[in-house]
Amino acid sequence: MRAKNVLGIIHAQGYGPQAHTELTAVRTFASVPYGGRYRMIDFPLSNMVNAGITQVGIITESNFQSLVDHVGSGRPWDLARKREGMFILPPYNTSSAITDHGTRLSSLYSISDFLGKARQEYVLITDTNTIYNIDYKDLFKFHTEKEADVTIVYKHGKAPAIQGLMMFAIGDDKRINEISVSNGNDGGIETNYSFNIILMRKSLLEYLVRSAIAHNATSFERDVIQANLPTLKIYGYPITGYSAIIDSLKTYYKANIDLLDPENRKLLFDPKKPVDTKICDNVPAKYGLDAKVSNSLIADGCVIEGEVENSILFRDVKIERGAIVKNSILMQGTVVGNHTTLNAVITDKNAVITSNKNLSGDESYPIYIAKSATV
Amino acid sequence: MARKNECIAMLLAGGQGSRLGILTKRIAKPAVPFGGKYRIIDFPLSNCVNSGIHTVGVLTQYQPLELNDYIGNGEPWDLDRANGGVHILSPYQQIEGTEWYKGTANAIYQNINFIDKYDPEYVAILSGDHIYKMDYADMLAYHKEKDAACTIAMLEVDWSEASRFGLMIVNDDGTIQEFEEKPPEPHSNKASMGVYIFTWKKLRQYLIDDEANPKSSNDFGKDVIPAMHEAGETMVAYPFKGYWRDVGTIDSLWMANMDLISPETEIDLDDPGWKIYARSPSAPPQYISNRARVRNSLIAEGCEIEGDVDFSVLFANVVVEDGAVIRDSIIMPGSVIKKNAVVEYSIVAENAIIDEYARVGAREQDCAEGEWGITVIGENVEIKEKEIVPAKSMIAKEEA
Repeated sequence: MRAKNVLGIIHAQGYGPQAHTELTAVRTFASVPYGGRYRMIDFPLSNMVNAGITQVGIITESNFQSLVDHVGSGRPWDLARKREGMFILPPYNTSSAITDHGTRLSSLYSISDFLGKARQEYVLITDTNTIYNIDYKDLFKFHTEKEADVTIVYKHGKAPAIQGLMMFAIGDDKRINEISVSNGNDGGIETNYSFNIILMRKSLLEYLVRSAIAHNATSFERDVIQANLPTLKIYGYPITGYSAIIDSLKTYYKANIDLLDPENRKLLFDPKKPVDTKICDNVPAKYGLDAKVSNSLIADGCVIEGEVENSILFRDVKIERGAIVKNSILMQGTVVGNHTTLNAVITDKNAVITSNKNLSGDESYPIYIAKSATV
Repeated sequence: MARKNECIAMLLAGGQGSRLGILTKRIAKPAVPFGGKYRIIDFPLSNCVNSGIHTVGVLTQYQPLELNDYIGNGEPWDLDRANGGVHILSPYQQIEGTEWYKGTANAIYQNINFIDKYDPEYVAILSGDHIYKMDYADMLAYHKEKDAACTIAMLEVDWSEASRFGLMIVNDDGTIQEFEEKPPEPHSNKASMGVYIFTWKKLRQYLIDDEANPKSSNDFGKDVIPAMHEAGETMVAYPFKGYWRDVGTIDSLWMANMDLISPETEIDLDDPGWKIYARSPSAPPQYISNRARVRNSLIAEGCEIEGDVDFSVLFANVVVEDGAVIRDSIIMPGSVIKKNAVVEYSIVAENAIIDEYARVGAREQDCAEGEWGITVIGENVEIKEKEIVPAKSMIAKEEA
């Protein structure tokens, strides 16, 4: 299987209750900022491009202004092409009966035209609430070698409590023998759970989606994948390297703090498989006379006059004199005033914490300051 | 013919910059890295875009590869345009034969066809050697107001330094009475900034005449401007106030970088109304470990810092290992400073390696009189373990 023969499909939003966190109130999951300078979509998108995929469709539902702003024409990923490249697939883009992107299944059905027109033989579908850097070429090879109908990337470990999450019993040959679909209440059990990176023939996807819709089905996991387990050869491909699924502020917080570990950074930001993102023209970070920074990731454009410890600062964050920031994640444009102390705080973009404040959350329950809010 | 442009810019980027020594061994001076993420040429290019000039010819000659690669299609400066945009203009073969650019004026002469294509009223001639932010649109308005044939941007410099510059004696009405090129005893402190606006119809004729003159060295400063002056054309000086630095020497390059760190800096690179654009690498945010100490510094993305960094400018993807000390220095992209190495008052070019316990450069107070100066380590050089590189040295990679 050649990468050129694989069409990339990215779900820009999540489905189900876990997709609605504070972070996605103002944006799609795809455009949630992560790791100091990235957005969630940078990971699937860069992985696809690094593997050699040349055509990617991004399914959007609502709130996608920030996503469109971020991906632009697709140039940072070399997807601004005359032929193929990147396509934003908004809702209501077909004349078929189901045109909204309410569920994973209906959104795939509503892009039937796009799927039908694409010349690729295979399709690789991913979500945007996942962080990883894997070589899809290995996945393609695995799929071919196993002569699989469907290959799903999974992780072994404690499953997150996400409604609709597929969990697998997998044989020694990596064939999936059993699939259960989470009702959202069974988190924490040790199992093989889906990363929702799914590879199959495009014609098979089109057929499965069409017949599920024809039978009034609503769930991609139950009605497309689980229901066809007896007749299809479905294989599981184990994820390697650093990976995380984000389903809450708590997991978002942890997935960011994980980057302070050099091992995780090395795995996620492998220079041979670079993670590309929109380029902004920020100046290098500036450290003042009294700056004291330790175990932190700092993005361009930051101006640091105070203390920063175990934290992640996105672009253009200003830490004024006497301020102390610990165990916190401060998104782009956050300002922390003189002599203000923050601990376990997540600030959304352009939040302002004025002088002499003291905010302290806990790693298990970080304080969240909304976009453009002033404290 | 392209759509008419009122004013286009021609950027002279062919200079070797020999006073920058090994820093310009493989790259042209305008491609020399500056300020943690820029190259010198980003300043005039960004000024053009911010001033509303969207057609820029970049004249390259000396070691153009890296510069061509850097400018590419001009996208980082928003100069990838259907009409105009940035164009690399290298000397090319013509029916009469191939000719290098003999001088700055000849370089423009050889590209008369390029300029004519845009049918401009005015042409800005810029050099790629200076760090400054300037609105060329204001200067153009001045040029039009004075109905000048040539307007030269002028900056008042310290009298003590005046003899280093090309100077102008200016009349009260702004017209230029006389030029003095680096005079030992200056009669003026009004220095030319190397930024010119010409009325194209006039300049075009003077370039043709200059080319026909076998005695001419085909240089703007030496030949074309004096010829225009002698012929009685209206030559005016446009007074500029603000930060402007020639970074043509090691010392001035080092100093201009240090200016960016100073709390009293006169140049704000973070001005949203006047951004300086650059082709940026795609690297993760910088990581500062719990053993690191970073103060008074500019640090770019992708750096991994475990040692001490003070009063320094670090470009992208620099690694500073545990116990290493960097003071008053400029470290260009991709260089690695290994454990317990010390780098002081130095410029370390791209992808150099300073091994453990090596010492590069020295403070002025630790040197004998007259022996102190900035140390320069060339690109891809490896300074061996415990090696000592004294102040003022310049180490280049030996040719294989």
